[in-house]
Amino acid sequence: MAELSPARPRTNSGPGRLLIAVYLLFAIAASSRATLQIVTRFDEAPLAYLLSALAAVVYIVAAAGLARAGHAGRRIALACCALELVGVVGVGAFSLARPDLFPDETVWSGFGSGYGYIPLVLPILGLVWLRHTRSRTAPAPS
Amino acid sequence: MTTAATTTGSPADGALAVAAIVLSLLVAVWALVAALRHRPPDRMQLIGLAVLELLLLGLVLVTAVALAGGERPGEPGSFFGYLVTLVCLPPLAAVLARMEPTRWGSAIVCAVCLVTPVVVVRLQQTWQVLGG
Repeated sequence: MAELSPARPRTNSGPGRLLIAVYLLFAIAASSRATLQIVTRFDEAPLAYLLSALAAVVYIVAAAGLARAGHAGRRIALACCALELVGVVGVGAFSLARPDLFPDETVWSGFGSGYGYIPLVLPILGLVWLRHTRSRTAPAPS
Repeated sequence: MTTAATTTGSPADGALAVAAIVLSLLVAVWALVAALRHRPPDRMQLIGLAVLELLLLGLVLVTAVALAGGERPGEPGSFFGYLVTLVCLPPLAAVLARMEPTRWGSAIVCAVCLVTPVVVVRLQQTWQVLGG
């Protein structure tokens, strides 16, 4: 445990822990939903269900990345939050433009409207938090 | 099937569920106030979570009795998924709150207690046969 400085903010404490908790909740929601959909009726909407599964994996890995708090953890979390944002915006737009491709809902359908738009807000908060914790470790040039 | 006078409602529809929803929201408000006042999770929050868990376990019991009586949920997979998730939520909040003895611990309790009523409502919805 080589701490760089005692005041070093970590991604897994304070607001970060709240973020991890919400990520955990979404990991549970998305993974149980995906498992159920894939096991019981995969044929009905394979694309939607595979996206549910992808979302589940991303949430789990993001939570783990934030919780690990190391350099690698930050990178993992950064990649996941970025992927999530792309996913929720992309799937959200696609589910409106081509509803025929999404006969059943995914976590990311309609920009996460089925989940109070939290899937849309969460990656943004994640990115803000990662940036916030970084700026104090090494002041980034603006 | 649906008789107007005496609809045999879902076992997740009774006073127990209402009590769980109300208590959960009360704990959420209490925890929110604590978080806004920079207070770590206090004893009241933990007691609230414990009572909430007891109510949810009571819900599981009522459901088990209904199942034993031959009743079946409309969407069994979702229903049991929600049921298992539900009873895990208060312990999850308590564990995370103990790990984070700052205002953010209270914020975690608040967040989980806002999610719990949603899961209770989803539980009720998945018992009924939708679109029937």
